[in-house]
Amino acid sequence: MKRQLPLVLVFVFGIFMIIQYFVPHESSEWIYEFFLDWIYIIGIFALALGIWSLIRVSYDKIKYRRPNWQYAVITLAGLFFMIWYGFDYGRHFFSAEGLRNYMFVSFFEYILIPIQATMFSLLAFFIASAAYRAFRARSALATLLLLAALIIMLRFNPYLGSVGNYMEEMAIWLLNVPNLAAKRAIIIGVGLGIVATSLKVILGIERAYLGRD
Amino acid sequence: MEAMSMGTFIWTTLGAFLTLCIFSFLYQDNPFYKLAEHLVVGVSAGYFVIILWHNGLQPNLFDRLNDGNWYLLWLDSSKPWYMIPAILGVMMWTRFSRKWSWISRWPIALYMGIATGVAVPLEMKNRVNVQLYSTMKDIEWGSFLGNGLLDGGSGLAELIIFLGTVSALFYFFFSKEHTGVFKGVARFGIWILMIGFGASFGYTVMGRISLFVQRIQYLGDWTKVAWDDVSSGAFIVFWFIVITIFGILAFYEIIRFVNKRGTQA
Repeated sequence: MKRQLPLVLVFVFGIFMIIQYFVPHESSEWIYEFFLDWIYIIGIFALALGIWSLIRVSYDKIKYRRPNWQYAVITLAGLFFMIWYGFDYGRHFFSAEGLRNYMFVSFFEYILIPIQATMFSLLAFFIASAAYRAFRARSALATLLLLAALIIMLRFNPYLGSVGNYMEEMAIWLLNVPNLAAKRAIIIGVGLGIVATSLKVILGIERAYLGRD
Repeated sequence: MEAMSMGTFIWTTLGAFLTLCIFSFLYQDNPFYKLAEHLVVGVSAGYFVIILWHNGLQPNLFDRLNDGNWYLLWLDSSKPWYMIPAILGVMMWTRFSRKWSWISRWPIALYMGIATGVAVPLEMKNRVNVQLYSTMKDIEWGSFLGNGLLDGGSGLAELIIFLGTVSALFYFFFSKEHTGVFKGVARFGIWILMIGFGASFGYTVMGRISLFVQRIQYLGDWTKVAWDDVSSGAFIVFWFIVITIFGILAFYEIIRFVNKRGTQA
């Protein structure tokens, strides 16, 4: 019951969803949409696990005065204010009014976006130092990597003049020909990997998702 | 440009302050960075709760059950079967209990069964078959060089794509030893992969740099608006914020240095 039933469920639903893909009937499409709705709803309920975990970790940090506990107050305040405004001060739970709430929109535009965009832009510095280490031309393959990256990076450089046009043409060729071949090989490999792993899950060979007893 | 209202100006100032807080990490981890980091964790978690509630649960669950009555557990609604995923979703919460956590395996199993069952044919079609189909096009021998060596649509380009894809795939095929001809094929495969990685890396670096330029432009626009539209005093406020951040950072660093000296002594 504790381990066997979940394995049976995975097998039955897995095989059923594979078969329905090959049934050219509108009822098959309806079943597909119906079950996708189901897993979408279950997935959203699972989000509550993550939120509860965040609250509990932050609360414990504050309660036991762990190092840097003050920041946990900021995390909780951000979470609760966002939810409070998202439900339009607790007035509209079942209508999308909260999404248009002035404070909710402002928190998104002036807190979330600037911080996230700046965090990603910080990577420009770290990726540059990583590039220095990765691109040192120590072998023919590293030189190839360096040249490809340099051509891509320099293609929009306005100071290169007519050389820049040639560089741009070369960059487009690099992206559309050898890069495409490499990407295709990786995509095919990833696709085969996903199919193999999915089959392992359906057949009960891969059981890590069940956790321990 | 339309003049900015005081409300928008204050919000934009907050955005500029938080941008500087994150940039302060370039010096080292510090209280300002930690503040912004913890704030974004809470705010983004809250944001996703609201988005998934209003755009996920609302149309997919609540709207479908709203013609029923809560005291009958919505079983009298026109689509009562939508209570099943809701119950399964609630069963996930037994994860918090050591004794009852095994119940959460049922919804997880259902989720895994449906998700993997959907993935097998779809991934096979979208990632494998479509890519193979595009790779194995007829090579145009008639216009082999097209408009030149750098023509991406020429027969030569198609041949390189075909050989590159096959040899890059072969590089990861370990059931056959890479010796003789196969060594050469695998070698060509790794060249293609290195060019691909280099191009992707260069592309990512440029993407990050353009994001960085965008953030600097944001700060530049802020100072311009502060000076032109609001008041020149606001411009001073901005620099006050910058100096405060760096002042506190310097103070923090001095305290750290003094404490370190004290510990060593």
